[in-house]
Amino acid sequence: MIEAKGLTKRFGDKLAVDQLSFEVRPGFVTGFLGPNGSGKSTTMRMIMGLDYANAGDARVNGHHYHDLRWPLREVGALLEARAIHPGRSARKHLLMMAAANRIARRRVDEVLDVVGLTDVANQRVGKFSLGMGQRLGIAAALLGDPGVLLFDEPINGLDPDGIRWVRLLLKSLAQEGRTVFVSSHLMSEMALTADEVVIIGKGRLIVQIAIDELLAQSSRRSVRVSSPDLASLRSALDGVGATTSVEDDGSLTVRGKDHREIGTLAAQRSIVLYELTPQSESLEEAFMDLTESSVEYTGSPSASPQQLKETER
Amino acid sequence: MTSTPATLNYEKPTPGGRYSLWDLMRSEWLKLSSVRSTFWTLGLTVIIGLGVSAIASSVTRSHWSSQSASSRASFDPTSLSLTGVFVAQLIIGVLGVMVMSGEYGTGTIRATLSAAPRRPLVLLAKVAVFGAVALVVALVTSFLAFFIGQTLLSAPAVHATLSTPGALREVVGTGLFIGLIGIFSLGLATIIRHTAGAISTFVAILLVVPNILRAFPNSVFNDAIRYFPSRIGAAFLSSNQGPPRNAFSPWIGLLVMAAYTVALLILGAMVMVRRDA
Ligand SMILES: Nc1ncnc2c1ncn2[C@@H]1O[C@H](COP(=O)(O)OP(=O)(O)OP(=O)(O)O)[C@@H](O)[C@H]1O
Ligand SMILES: [Mg+2]
Repeated sequence: MIEAKGLTKRFGDKLAVDQLSFEVRPGFVTGFLGPNGSGKSTTMRMIMGLDYANAGDARVNGHHYHDLRWPLREVGALLEARAIHPGRSARKHLLMMAAANRIARRRVDEVLDVVGLTDVANQRVGKFSLGMGQRLGIAAALLGDPGVLLFDEPINGLDPDGIRWVRLLLKSLAQEGRTVFVSSHLMSEMALTADEVVIIGKGRLIVQIAIDELLAQSSRRSVRVSSPDLASLRSALDGVGATTSVEDDGSLTVRGKDHREIGTLAAQRSIVLYELTPQSESLEEAFMDLTESSVEYTGSPSASPQQLKETER
Repeated sequence: MTSTPATLNYEKPTPGGRYSLWDLMRSEWLKLSSVRSTFWTLGLTVIIGLGVSAIASSVTRSHWSSQSASSRASFDPTSLSLTGVFVAQLIIGVLGVMVMSGEYGTGTIRATLSAAPRRPLVLLAKVAVFGAVALVVALVTSFLAFFIGQTLLSAPAVHATLSTPGALREVVGTGLFIGLIGIFSLGLATIIRHTAGAISTFVAILLVVPNILRAFPNSVFNDAIRYFPSRIGAAFLSSNQGPPRNAFSPWIGLLVMAAYTVALLILGAMVMVRRDA
């Protein structure tokens, strides 16, 4: 469980994180989404007690990070920038972390195995590729077998196999009942991995929402339809409250009704359909919409907690 | 429609107690012993400490017959044999800086503080481990340099033994002083964080500022110079002539040096606690 309440961070004049409140619950993968520079990494560093908040409060399992008795056994983190001495071997890096929290040496070999670095464990980290460094960071996060995990852009530098592996890892960690908080600026990636997303823009909470709900709510969600009888189809759809627009290629873009409803409607009216395609990029568009409009929330600080409540499952 | 919430909450027993200074000292030991630069710099400290001392001693021995009677009379074989150890203080200082600045430069500090968020305790563990290593290496180098130097100062040159009045004090004092210099520079790096900046500051305090001071009127120079590490260190190298003028006596000087170091470390701990990592 991670709780942020009114987290605020200033770097000079720059307000990097602005009264950010959210909760990350155990048993789910919670995505942390926002455009570049929206304050994701800063928020994670504040949760880890590395950066200090100017105002507000972050707690892990009900405690401030500073007060954890065995931090690595409760929280594991892969932070954005590589944080490993290039002259040290992967094993030695993990061993020195393990020693600090009295974690058994055998656990070091276990996590090296989990991330697939056993063969290069004694090589200097400086020689590692970006992906190998990322895997070592994940090994470090798993070291204390913690119930709370933070990953800042974990798929950075990974190949497609690696990306798939991280996706499965995140899900299985959540299935074990752990709290998994993972940042990304790709909505499409989060749609595949996360159960829920915390979306921020310019350091402010835009919305915390279940992925499914986001999909359903998205007004921009559209379906591409083509039919030899476009006129009848349009009037039928207009009649049930959908909005339609004709594209250059003669197909119809329908919003407000999903592909099932459209197909059913067409069958009832005996209208022939050649194509009925839900437009998958709409999720990314929905995200763009949300983050673009983040300025709208400037005037109403009460918007955020209220939205939180509304989207609670 | 939401995905099925998992009801399972990840619970596992954690041992009682809390991470301790001892755990962090073990971690620091692993850090220090797992990078090559530690061995290079410590090796170089010993090699320079012994090498320069050996050269100085043999050169003196070979020119012995051409020395004036007065310089023979005031000759201190112990001091001479410790020359190299004083040169080596620069290297041990660089290592002291890197032990701390390396954490910030490479980002390891984030791993360190994730494991141990109580920052003063981390600093204490670092000082304990590096300080012990620095003091041991400095003392061993000091004794070895003394023995090698005295062996090379064969007759007709005069040489000292550990029972020569003042000799043991010079050897032990020099070792302690050089070890302290290492901890002093670690303290500097805790405040400055950047390797280059911390090393420049260290060299400035050790060598540059005392020389700039010479540009001031004598009265100012004489009053101020005693407070500089270089003069404090020099006080150890003069057993048969009394301490140099305008200097603290050796042991007082060592206390002053220790006070500087403690002050830097306290300031460093404060900076560490206040600033973002
Ligand atoms: N140490 C720092 N000093 C000054 N400004 C900073 C610092 N760290 C972050 N910032 C600023 O704070 C803002 C938020 O940065 P942050 O790295 O948290 O964003 P992010 O969401 O992680 O972005 P990205 O997706 O690019 O990783 C940015 O404008 C950044 O320039
Ligand atoms: Mg970031």
